[in-house]
Amino acid sequence: MSRTFLGMPGTVSMMGYSGKEGFPENAAKAVRNSQLRFNLRKATGTIRGRRASVVGELPDWPDLRQAGKAIKDHTLRNLDTYLVELEEAVTRAGGHVHWARDAAEANRIVTDLVKATGETQVVKVKSMATQEIGLNEALHDEGITAYETDLAELIVQLGDDWPSHILVPAIHRNRSEIREIFVRHMSEWGRPAPEKLTDDPAALAEAARLHLRERFLATKVAISGANFMVAETGTLVVLESEGNGRMCLTLPETLISVVGIEKLLPTWRDLEVFLQLLPRSSTGERMNPYTSMWTGATEGQEFHLVLLDNGRTRVLADDLGRQALRCIRCSACLNVCPVYERSGGHAYGSVYPGPIGAILTPQLRGMESELDRSLPYASSLCGACYEVCPVAIDIPSVLVELRGRSRHPMAERAGMAAAGWVLNRSGRLARAQRMGGRMRRLVPKRLPGPLGGWTDTRDLPDIPKESFRDWWNRTDGGSR
Amino acid sequence: MMYGLTIFGLTIYAGGHVRVALFITCVNDTLFPGTGKAVVTLLRRLGVDVDFPEAQTCCGQMHLNTGYREEGARLAHHFVDVFRGYDAVVVPSGSCGAMVREQYPKLADGGAFGEAVAATVPRVYDLSEFLIDVLGVTDVGAYFPHRVTYHPTCHSLRGLHLGDRPRRLLEQVKGLELVPLPGAEECCGFGGTFAVKNPDISAAMCGDKVRNVLDTGAEVLCAADNSCLMHIGGTLTRQKAGVRVMHLAEILASTAPGDTHERGDSR
Repeated sequence: MSRTFLGMPGTVSMMGYSGKEGFPENAAKAVRNSQLRFNLRKATGTIRGRRASVVGELPDWPDLRQAGKAIKDHTLRNLDTYLVELEEAVTRAGGHVHWARDAAEANRIVTDLVKATGETQVVKVKSMATQEIGLNEALHDEGITAYETDLAELIVQLGDDWPSHILVPAIHRNRSEIREIFVRHMSEWGRPAPEKLTDDPAALAEAARLHLRERFLATKVAISGANFMVAETGTLVVLESEGNGRMCLTLPETLISVVGIEKLLPTWRDLEVFLQLLPRSSTGERMNPYTSMWTGATEGQEFHLVLLDNGRTRVLADDLGRQALRCIRCSACLNVCPVYERSGGHAYGSVYPGPIGAILTPQLRGMESELDRSLPYASSLCGACYEVCPVAIDIPSVLVELRGRSRHPMAERAGMAAAGWVLNRSGRLARAQRMGGRMRRLVPKRLPGPLGGWTDTRDLPDIPKESFRDWWNRTDGGSR
Repeated sequence: MMYGLTIFGLTIYAGGHVRVALFITCVNDTLFPGTGKAVVTLLRRLGVDVDFPEAQTCCGQMHLNTGYREEGARLAHHFVDVFRGYDAVVVPSGSCGAMVREQYPKLADGGAFGEAVAATVPRVYDLSEFLIDVLGVTDVGAYFPHRVTYHPTCHSLRGLHLGDRPRRLLEQVKGLELVPLPGAEECCGFGGTFAVKNPDISAAMCGDKVRNVLDTGAEVLCAADNSCLMHIGGTLTRQKAGVRVMHLAEILASTAPGDTHERGDSR
């Protein structure tokens, strides 16, 4: 049950990765796991199809997308004003607002708040922000057990595993693996799995329901994130499918919400746009089953809001990179990404995997480790992510920008410099082509070094005797 | 001169002689000269006099997309210098075309280069755009009696937004049977240096693409970008799959035996 927190304090959890190995090495291991590839292909393929059909039925989708982008950009430009407005509204409604500069500060605030209640157990609503800061591990170090209540997060927690997807954290597991995890580990955390549990989805859901129900009724502190915060009213919004979130948000005596500062929307009315964009992009539903909204504290209960920066203001200062802060964590980019589909989420070594993770993680965490330097390269730049993004984040452009800021390997720098020198003058290119033409028979079937990655599975093209430009000159454009 | 292009197109179709520049791309120039010869053959057949500005080299895509912004920008400057004066620049490569049209404006921070980009970029056409939008032809008089499947390639699809243009051209080719490619819009895993930097994922993507190609039973896999074809084709030959890859231009340049026109030279 215990887990060492390997991420640098104050940044994004590395989820058990040391960061010494890059994305290519992590992904190479994942791609050889045929069960994982089958699970991912099936799951991403299904959600992809559902998203395409519910997005396709809205004729004004491009307008909604532009509106989502515009509202987020406006909010981010005026974050200073809206955050203060939010703080005032939440405080007016009986809530307490805390400001956390980084992960360590947020973890300390939450730990102190839980300790003040005298409780040693908390229930959790599925939340990306608390995973980002490694809150469960921080609570554990202080003798507090955090129980995940989202079905998929429960599967991940019981299996002593890491989430591999923003929306479907256990996407890498199929139902027979889930049954196995329930049978083996539920008893370690609470009510054991029913006897003779099958891998029928309804039976698995019932097992989770029975296991969790006792927890909801017995636990006095809940921790959540939020999908949106409305500055004007001080309202927090959580969208979910299972209703477990609503249990956590309503039953316990104390509710602590940890939310990234970019989750803000200026007005209640802005929700009109996002409550259409999010469910259609994420689960492929017209409307998600549960939308919970709360403003401040309910009588007899305590509400704390922890506003998390953790690198966000630094990203905001970046002209091009700041668009990543528009992200509403729908995960449409993951589901459509051909790289994610084959590598799975763990290879990204971050709670934010897939295309959005490849631009968000290096910005939040920096590009010091081999892993973080390799993330902007974890894309073929196919553009499918940009096409589906409901807030039009131009992920390929940000990837290219981050690649430009990366430190490159020496051999690659030399190769690129040589190629640049040749391509700078057409005469040099022509001479290089002629040399290649003369040596065409000498090209080995397998290339050495990093280029061997190509020839392991692919043949090289034959080098022609004559380049196009030499043919053009010899034949006067084909007329001789 | 943008407004004149449609008229310009009609003039060409009526048999007039207006010169158009061919940007062959460094990959085609060096490795796939047959594609360039096919473009020349095809355009001549349609009455277009093609010019090949010899100073041209490379659009800079590999450098820019691998993170070598300075070198990429230098090559972009060079491209604009070479092609600035032309009324139309035809590119037989989706990714190089998308580099020029999508990324050059982002590289240009105003100034003289910005102006040159603004003047040049709108006249850069993918081959299929030039045929359909400028010349107004879909039937180019080609004959190719084979079963063909078409891979739209990411940058042709999501960068240049070629839509169904290539398909419309292929559908008019006599003798050609066009079969749909399952999962056509998914990337083949090339991605330039991606194929070398992430070889395992790239190979897995290509493996799935190849399986889809083989499922169609096609003899020929066609695309409008030789980089992707080099990748998929390299896997097909390694697997001795017996499916050929051909650039769209090579199929469109092919004519019936006995036809007076020269047959498009294939690789």
